[in-house]
Amino acid sequence: MTQSILVMFGVFMGITLVITYWASGQSQTRRGFYTANRRIGGLQNGWAIAGDYMSAASFLGITGLVAFYGFDGFMYSVGWLVAYLAVLFLVAEPMRNTGKYTIGDVISFRLHGRSVRAIAAISTLAITIFYLIAQMVGAGAVVTLLLPGVSEIVAIVAVGVLMLFYVLFGGMLATTWVQIIKAGLLLFTAVLLTLWVLARFHFSLPAFLDAAASVRIDGHSTNLLNPGHFYRGPWGAFNLISLGVALVLGTAGLPHILMRFFTVPSAKAARTSVAWAMVLIGVFYLTTSFIGLGAATIVGQAHIGQRLYAGRAIAYIARHPDQARELNQTLEHNGYVVPRRNSNLTAPLLAESLGGPLLTAFVAAVAFATILAVVAGLTITASTAFAHDLWWNVVYNGVGDERRNLIVARAAAVGVGAISILCSVLLHRFNVAFLVGLAFAIAASANAPVILLALIWRRFSRVGAIAGMLCGLVSSLALIALSPVVMGKGALFPLDNPGIVSIPLGFLGAIAGALLAPDRDAAAMFNQLQVRANTGIGAEV
Amino acid sequence: MQHRQITPAEWDALATSPEFRGLIRARRRFVIPATIFFVAYYLALPVLLGFAPELMRRPVLGPLSLAYCFALSQFAMAWILLLLYLWRARGFDVRAAVIAKHERETLREVAP
Repeated sequence: MTQSILVMFGVFMGITLVITYWASGQSQTRRGFYTANRRIGGLQNGWAIAGDYMSAASFLGITGLVAFYGFDGFMYSVGWLVAYLAVLFLVAEPMRNTGKYTIGDVISFRLHGRSVRAIAAISTLAITIFYLIAQMVGAGAVVTLLLPGVSEIVAIVAVGVLMLFYVLFGGMLATTWVQIIKAGLLLFTAVLLTLWVLARFHFSLPAFLDAAASVRIDGHSTNLLNPGHFYRGPWGAFNLISLGVALVLGTAGLPHILMRFFTVPSAKAARTSVAWAMVLIGVFYLTTSFIGLGAATIVGQAHIGQRLYAGRAIAYIARHPDQARELNQTLEHNGYVVPRRNSNLTAPLLAESLGGPLLTAFVAAVAFATILAVVAGLTITASTAFAHDLWWNVVYNGVGDERRNLIVARAAAVGVGAISILCSVLLHRFNVAFLVGLAFAIAASANAPVILLALIWRRFSRVGAIAGMLCGLVSSLALIALSPVVMGKGALFPLDNPGIVSIPLGFLGAIAGALLAPDRDAAAMFNQLQVRANTGIGAEV
Repeated sequence: MQHRQITPAEWDALATSPEFRGLIRARRRFVIPATIFFVAYYLALPVLLGFAPELMRRPVLGPLSLAYCFALSQFAMAWILLLLYLWRARGFDVRAAVIAKHERETLREVAP
């Protein structure tokens, strides 16, 4: 199995490295490196957005949550698709027409000042790093499953080095094409797994649903089509609403998705790309239900996790004599033991049950490609925010050497990669969709309110932008730190996802700041912003 | 053909022109109700799940719970609103093109 994985992954790597080589000629300028010269078409960008969005969180994370908790996991799919309506109606086209390279450009279009840019860059970095951690955790999980000899840390470092290669040399053009290829592969794989699951039920939807309605989990018959397996208890309802709000508003503040709108030639192409993305992402998210419920019925929750065979299994049993009888029975019956369940491994293990080692190898290679591509997209976003916003505009006040700027961007990519690798080693036990949900909460609290108000509210001011981003960023990070995720049982804040508190705080901070400290220049420039956003007159070409 | 910077006064004139106000009104007529609708429709799902769990567990389509049916209907809702917006946006494009063409012809071209 190891060999076939390496071959399949090698093919993907080979194709994408050729693209990177081809793209490297066009990424010698800032416009080329950051925006692929704004020549990406609407359809291509739609696939690339889908590629950026369908990350390890979707493929490994959601399928795992559905397999373990049924309907409650599917809530992620719903929120992440509906979120695009906010992008489509309110953000995509104005973003294209008013921005240059970063979210900081859009916010500071009429809210001038280094502090606005600095905070926009910091929140972009915070969101991107959270998102990166989740991807690396996914990569580590897949590797422990497939190559038991390789440690998780080695795997994470290897992914980090590979993705840096794309970003450093290929810039946005290579990153875009890597996303497009990966999106095609992932969608194909998801549909293939769905059809394969249904084939097991002789393509009878009722038979499949009946099976999902009576799954045996730890000796109890469980109806996974029902809600309430994850979100329950006194805070269940608020946890669910908090997550829901963060998911639906977060996309409108996600730097690596919004940055894709700077790569197309016009607002119309930005709109077309959202439309294609919504079709592709929607189909993909429908398949997460089939893959997750299929794994719950065909594989079974107790079998999802790293499997120890033969010598490793015996060694494990020897270390845990108190469970020896039970474990020996499992080993005799299955040929392996699963010491710890890991929902992130649902999709690859479903592939193993359905199609054997070859299909597992293929699915694992696709999962790896997915992670690699998303990590590349995130890294280029973070490095652009650092180099263009913090370095070029804040430190050097918008004047300086273009070549040095690109060197800084590439150095920033290395730095961000290193930080994420370190953090992901610490957080590798969490479900990846859950971790990305936290990144969405930060984006929805710190970025989304300020982006929306900057684009639509004439009286929005510089102080409002600063206050909004600070309130959203600080409150979401602080509430995550005080939540059960970090503090465990004695947590000071009862909810896993901070959205329901931190998003209103982001809006309140922004509105209060704007009302207390009006900004006449910003109000005067609103006419220009509005004309530019809605007609494209004067937009970057 | 040479372009010059558009002055603040010209931006203000563009922004207050009847053609542009018409475009903004047309956009708002669609975007505001559509946004309110999709936010309400979406938030109804977690709110009902949280506060009416028994209702949402009721099987409605074979074994499929009301929760699952409602969740799947969100996909249909998103795609229908997408189509409606794409359809309406063609009108916005026409209006925007007229304004941009007018701007190019009257403001930015400098006589040789």
